[in-house]
Order: sequence, then C-alpha cells, then structure tokens
Amino acid sequence: MTHIAKPRFRHPKLPVNALGFTRRDYEGAVSTLCAGCGHDSISGAIIQACFELDLPPHRLAKLSGIGCSSKTPTYFLGNSHGFNSVHGRMPSVLTGANLANRDLVYLGVSGDGDSASIGLGQFAHCLRRGVDMVYIVENNGVYGLTKGQFSATADQGAKDRRGGANPDAAVDLPSLALLMGATFVARSFSGDKAQLVPLIKAAMRHRGAAFIDCISPCVAFNNHAGSTKSFDFVREHNEAVNFLDVFTGRDEITADYEEGTVQEIVQHDGSVLRLKKLGADYDATDPVAALAYLQSHQTAGEVVTGLIHVKAAAEDLHARMETVEAPLSSLDEAELCPGADALAAINAALR
Amino acid sequence: MPTMIEAANDFVVKFANVNGSGSASANRLFVRSIIRMGVPVSARNIFPSNIQGLPTWYEVRVSEAGHLGRRGGVDLMVAMNPETWDADIAEIEPGGYLFHDSTKPVLASRLRGDINLIGVPLTAICNERYSDPRQRQLFKNIVYVGALSSLLGIDEAEIERLIREQFRSKEKLIPANLEALQLGRSYALDHLSGQLGLSVERADAVGERIFIDGNNAAALGCVYGGATVAAWYPITPSTSLADSFGSHCRRLRGEPETGRKRYAIIQAEDEIAAIGMVVGAAWNGARAFTATSGPGISLMQEFFGLAYFAEIPAVIFDVQRGGPSTGMPTRTQQSDLTACAYASHGDTKHVVLLPGDPKECFEFAAQSFDLADRLQTPVFVLSDLDIGMNEWLCDSLEWDDARRYDRGKVLDAEALDAMERFGRYLDVDGDGIPYRTLPGTHPSKGGFFTRGTSKDRFARYTERGADYVDNMERLLAKFETAKALVPAPEVASAAEATGLGVIYFGSTAPAMDEALAALDADGIRLDAMRLRAFPFSAEVEGFVADHDRVFVVEQNRDGQIRNLLVNEAGADPDKLISVLHYDGTPITARFIAGSIAARLRAADPAQEAAE
Repeated sequence: MTHIAKPRFRHPKLPVNALGFTRRDYEGAVSTLCAGCGHDSISGAIIQACFELDLPPHRLAKLSGIGCSSKTPTYFLGNSHGFNSVHGRMPSVLTGANLANRDLVYLGVSGDGDSASIGLGQFAHCLRRGVDMVYIVENNGVYGLTKGQFSATADQGAKDRRGGANPDAAVDLPSLALLMGATFVARSFSGDKAQLVPLIKAAMRHRGAAFIDCISPCVAFNNHAGSTKSFDFVREHNEAVNFLDVFTGRDEITADYEEGTVQEIVQHDGSVLRLKKLGADYDATDPVAALAYLQSHQTAGEVVTGLIHVKAAAEDLHARMETVEAPLSSLDEAELCPGADALAAINAALR
Repeated sequence: MPTMIEAANDFVVKFANVNGSGSASANRLFVRSIIRMGVPVSARNIFPSNIQGLPTWYEVRVSEAGHLGRRGGVDLMVAMNPETWDADIAEIEPGGYLFHDSTKPVLASRLRGDINLIGVPLTAICNERYSDPRQRQLFKNIVYVGALSSLLGIDEAEIERLIREQFRSKEKLIPANLEALQLGRSYALDHLSGQLGLSVERADAVGERIFIDGNNAAALGCVYGGATVAAWYPITPSTSLADSFGSHCRRLRGEPETGRKRYAIIQAEDEIAAIGMVVGAAWNGARAFTATSGPGISLMQEFFGLAYFAEIPAVIFDVQRGGPSTGMPTRTQQSDLTACAYASHGDTKHVVLLPGDPKECFEFAAQSFDLADRLQTPVFVLSDLDIGMNEWLCDSLEWDDARRYDRGKVLDAEALDAMERFGRYLDVDGDGIPYRTLPGTHPSKGGFFTRGTSKDRFARYTERGADYVDNMERLLAKFETAKALVPAPEVASAAEATGLGVIYFGSTAPAMDEALAALDADGIRLDAMRLRAFPFSAEVEGFVADHDRVFVVEQNRDGQIRNLLVNEAGADPDKLISVLHYDGTPITARFIAGSIAARLRAADPAQEAAE
C-alpha cells in the first residue's frame, strides 16, 4: 500500500451541497485495493451520503481496525481525522473517542475478520453500550490481505477457490447486533448503491448504535461459483425487506404512497425515515420479529437486506451515563479540578 | 513465668482473623485511635484471594520513631482464627503476648511456654449480651478492640470520637458500638490489669499527616489532574483505584446546574478494550486512564505499541501483584518493570513513574497526565499492592490552585490557519515531540490519518526504510527529552563519604529508611538513591559511577531495575549487587540491613574476622 494523492482538479460545474462542498471534497487518496473491489463502492456510498447530508468533513471521525476494509478510510473524507487502530479493536477506540467528544459523527469501518473473528467481543460490547456511531462491516467472508482464508462470516458449506468447503457455522452479524440491543440494524450490498446510500444517511442521523452489514464481494479470493459472498450469488439471492428514503431538515417530503405500504419513522434529530415495504408485511421497529425473519429467511438461503431494525427513540451511551452536554475534551481546570480547599477537607477526614 | 516484653510506642500487633467476619473496620478503628494519640502506625493487610471464610491478617506496627516499613516478628498476636492458631503462635517473639478468646480452655499442648497469655471470654461476653448471631459476631470485634485499648492505655475518648465520626450518617449505630467497646474495656480493667507490658503513650509524632491508601490517593490525583475518561476491568489489587475515582467524581465532578457528570467511567469487557478506550479518548483530546495489574498489562501490550508508535497520550496505573501468570493476586511485588518499560513488540521504551508512598501516588497521578500530553506517549504509574491497598501514614496532599494543566503541543484552528503546512510527525522544536491536532478542529486543515503502520513526517503511509528510521530516531530523541521531565531521583547522602551506595524505589522506601539507620548504627555508611521514574536522568548514571559498589534493592526475582540500569544508564554490572525480596510479603528493614551486612562481610572476610 502506498499513498497516492488524488489530483485536485475538477469540473467547474459540479453540484455543491448546502455547505458549498462538491462531492469531490469528500474524497480521499486514491484507493490501492484490487480493481473492482466491493469496498471501493462502499467508500463511494459513504462519500455520497456525507455529501447529501451536508456534513462538515472535519466533524466526522473515521476509525477502523486492520484488514482490507480497515484500509478504506484513507480513500474517503480526506479532511477528516482517521484512526487505523488495532486488529479487532476499533470498537473500543471508537467508544473512547466518543466518550471524549460527543459532538462528532463517528464512523467505524471494519471487516468480517476484524469484527466477527478477532473482534467479536468488542463488536458485541460496543453495540450493548449504545455507542453513538455508524458501524459498517464490509463483509466478504474471506481474509484478503493474507490471501483467501475463510472468515467467521463465511457460510457453512461455502466453497473456497480450490473447492474446499467451509466446515464451520457462520457468525451472522445482524442477528448478533439485534441480540446485543443495537438500535439500528441494516444489511446491504456493495453492488446496490441505491439501497446503501440512504441506509448510511439514516444511520448517520441515528442517535445510538447503528450497524450496517454490507456484503462486499472479494474479487480476488471470494467471487467464484460456490461462494455465497460473490456478486452473482448476492444478486440472485438478495431479499430486500424495504426501500428507504431519508428526509432531513431541508428536504421536502413529497411522494405519496398507498396506505399500508409505507412505514414512517421520525428519529431523535427530526430526520424522517420512510420505509417502503417490499413484499411481506415487515415491521422494522420490532426487533424480535426482525430476528425471527432474518433467521428463517437465511435458512432458506436468502440474503435479507434493507433496514432490518430501527428504534426511533434510541438512547446513546452518553444519555445513559448522564454526562454533561459539552464534550469532556473541552472541559478545563475550572470545571475539572476541585481545588486546594476541597483537598484540605479531604485531608482533614483522613487524620 | 515467661519474660514480658516491655515497650511503649514501639511494638508490633498482629490480628489473625477470618475474612468476611467484619474484623477489618474494627482493626482500622484500633489503628486510627493510636494515630489520634499522636503515635505513627503502619498497617498492612495480608489476605487471601477469597471473599469469605479464609484466614486474613492485619499487621500493625506502632513506632513513635516513625518507622513505617514492615518490621517482622510479632509482639502481640490477637488470635481470632482457630484455623491458623499454631502458625500464629509460632510467630510471636519470646516474651510476647497471645490475646485470645478464653471462652473455651486452650490445650497446653497448643501453647508455648515462652509467651504470655491474655484471655478474654469474647464469645461468652457476646453470647450473654446479644441474641442475634450476626451481632454476636460483629460486636465481638469491637469488644476485643475495647479490651486491647484498655490494656494498651489508649485514650477512650479518642476511640469514642472515631466511632461517632464513622457512624455520623448512621447515628443509631453509635450507642451499640460504644456499648460493645465498654464491654471489652471493663472486662480488661477488672481482670487483666498489669498483664501486658506494651503501651501506647500520647506523643506528638504524627503532625498533619494523613492515613490513606495509594489507590485512593491515585484516584484523587486523577480527579485533580483532570482525567475525564476512565476505562478499566476489575483486577486485584487495582480495583479500588477505579472504585475510588468513581466515588470522588460523584462528589466532586457533578455539573452544579444540572447534576450531570463531568466524567465517564466504563467497566470494559476486558483489559484490551479498556486500554483501547483510553487510547481513543486521549486521541480525541480527553485525559484518560486505566488501572490494572500484571495480567492486564500483558493483555494490553499491542495497544501500548500502537500508542507509542502513533504517539497518543495514555495513562496506565499498574498496581503490581505477584506474577507471572495469575501468580499471587493478593500479594505484593515489583515485578512488572520490564513488562512496562519495554511493553509491546518491536523497539519500544516507555515512561514509567515509581511512586514511593500514597502521597506520591497522588502527585504522580496528576503529573502523569501532563507528561502523557506533553510527550504524546503512554505513561505508566507503577505502584504495588503494599502501597495501593494498605493505608499509609503520609504527608497531607497538596494542590496549588495556580497550577495549569500542560496539554502539550496541540494546535487549534487559529494556529493551523497561521501555518504554512502541518506535519503531524515533524520535529519542529528539535525535542522529538511533534505537534498534533484533534478531530473536529478545522474544516480543511490539520486532518491526518493516525495509524500503527509506518508513515512519513506528514502522516502518510510509507514503507520506505529511510522514513521509518527517521521516525524511530525521533522517538528516541523524544525519550531523551522525557529524562528531564520525569520526577528526579532523591538522594540521601551518608553522614560521611562512602564508596557504597544503594538504589531502591517504590514501596521499599520506608523499610529502606529504617535499614539505613540500622546500618549506620553498625558503622555501615551508604549513600542512597530512590528512583522515581524511568527513563533515568544523568544523575542516576553519575550515582553509580561515583560509588565502588551499589546495592540494588527490589521486590522481584530477576533484578529488573538492575537490568534497566545496565541497559539504559550504562551502569557497570560488576558494581551492581542485587538485594532481592520477592516472597509476596512487603520487604522489611531487617531483611535489607541483614542482606547488605552479609554481602559486605562475604566480600571482606577480614572485616568479619575482626568482628
């Protein structure tokens, strides 16, 4: 991996957002991943979502672990601070960062090795705690940087490039996220930007732990026949439960839908999630039903995508801990140090 | 009749109890009443890794001369645990005393002829007065404190005052405790007069000193030092540090208008997550710490390397216990020096602070946040179970209200606008310390990517050898800068010039003070240096160079600080003589003085013959 700066020139008439930024202002360095890698499409979706949300780039912090997916934060939001931390430990670093400054948007980017194998514990615990973040797993079912070993999300019986079958049961991250009390759980596919961008936008406007499992085929090691994480397999078995439109403050909610086909959810910050139901009568606000739906459809070989669960009135870690409104990192001596008089009283009680 | 040890304000009492029986607060009452009499006391808990039902001891040394180290030997054994009876009795000095529950007769075969028996029918007294079994058990402790206080001549009014202070918020418990105290006192007055040759006499040797454990003091240091994020995982003997931080914060860190918290404490899922949270919080501008012990240090290694290499402040308290592996969880040692000084894979060196008492736990805790921010690196504060979990008599804690936190080289938006080009890892000032920015500072300047992989001065990924070496050399330069910033060693020179020196650190301090006085009385003069931090300043190198032989006293098997002196201070290994104590008990003056005297005799047989 080398650092390749992207040329700065751009078309003079590129559209700008409310902050006057173009989409290009949300880009990063040139990707060094394999040509056609699903991860690059996800980076593109993140850029698009941030552009559409009018997000000031420096108000977002991007954190990752180790692996192909964890390299991607270099390739988007070049003006944001990033932190490529330790394998499987991004959730704890993100949790600490969030504790220090509750005012920023936190984007955790991880992979299936990073989150489902070495980091399964931290994955579960940061969701339990309700850390306010968007946690995206770029899920390809294999270890890319070490050349193609199965990861813990690979389906039982899935074939590797040499035809060997995976003997172990798969870790299903969205199911685990539901069990851990995540208040926003989605799954998408790197090849479906129309579905992914609104999910990222909605997750960024969610206050609480938002998790997106994004199937992202590995073109080098897991895109062959017999793989259940290949472009072809996911396209053939994609079972979307809904289609999402996100309306934030400046959008006008326009389109009309037939009664009973749409579920509207108003999030804590006033953003409106309009879920157009596809097929079954799916209620994304019911986590128990969502878990049952996921399990039964996965057993049938379907890849369930869409906004699987959202809790509108979610509470985040800071709300639960009752921390002050100001970022802890902004407090100074006057607010933090009790002073000499208080210490004299403490001394007196210890004599 | 056995002889009777006669001593005023200079003896050792040991309480042998069963844990979970409520003895701890009664024993503490006993100790504090002696301190209130103006007589210095040191007290140590000796306890098993267990919650209820196993033996536990509380060893109290009364010393008007102010010797606060462990002495060794017992003058008065308060034997409240039948299970350890034989071993407890064996520890008593000839002419010493055995205080016991005389409700049932003791078999002569389980006694010693050279000790004095002081019996109080504790069970009988309590059974007669109380019907509730729990009360019988709890008040038995107060009854023996009453009897002992009478035998030793402790002012009754001091104990009463302490009881009233202790139960200020639960007033209805005061009369019951005072009554139990009187039950013991009157029995002793009526039946035991003149049976104990030990006494406490009012003195003026305590002054303004306070009685506090190192973990509590360190927690206060974190509050005063501006820590806002604590992430930890429970582990003996560090748990009380995190607990104390919580209780101090609840009192001292609420936002007055809203009652909301100006702090965040997370009990993490493990030590790896705890240090990860600390690193994340510190990266994002908060002062953050974790508290742990040896096994936690082992688990955190990878993050220490990241924080060292990516240059992120972090404060780690390691309250050391016996290792390796699970080792001796409730026993003391100084055996994590190597693990902390060189923590993580690759070439790393870390700043390590070595407090010598609870007051320094407070001071070094507060200072560690300044050092971590200034140096942008992990800072370890190494205490141990002896300092951390035992209350020590030490000087009052001090704070200067004019003191400002040193947040180090952090650029704000204005500074970024004023500069031509920001380079996260540029050595602008020549001290090896680069400038950093915090997330959220500026819309278009100062953003960078933090990584554990190699990078150039502008934080861009690179695998170029020259860039890697450049960065590693700058980290060394930064470590050199640290030498002048960390607490300097303290030197106590002998009464006359000597070629002998001794180096020590941490909880060895009080025993060493006493050992030096004892050796001096025997004509053995040593200059003494107490190390207070790693990396070592030039003064340390000079101290070794200036002496012919230097004893290095530490509480581990392998001479870990000696190795650091050889590796990092260029000390001549032939000059450094290890004196090692690592059985899990706190080191004693007798051990130190005895070991040093024996080594000198062995090295110089002529002297031995002359003696």
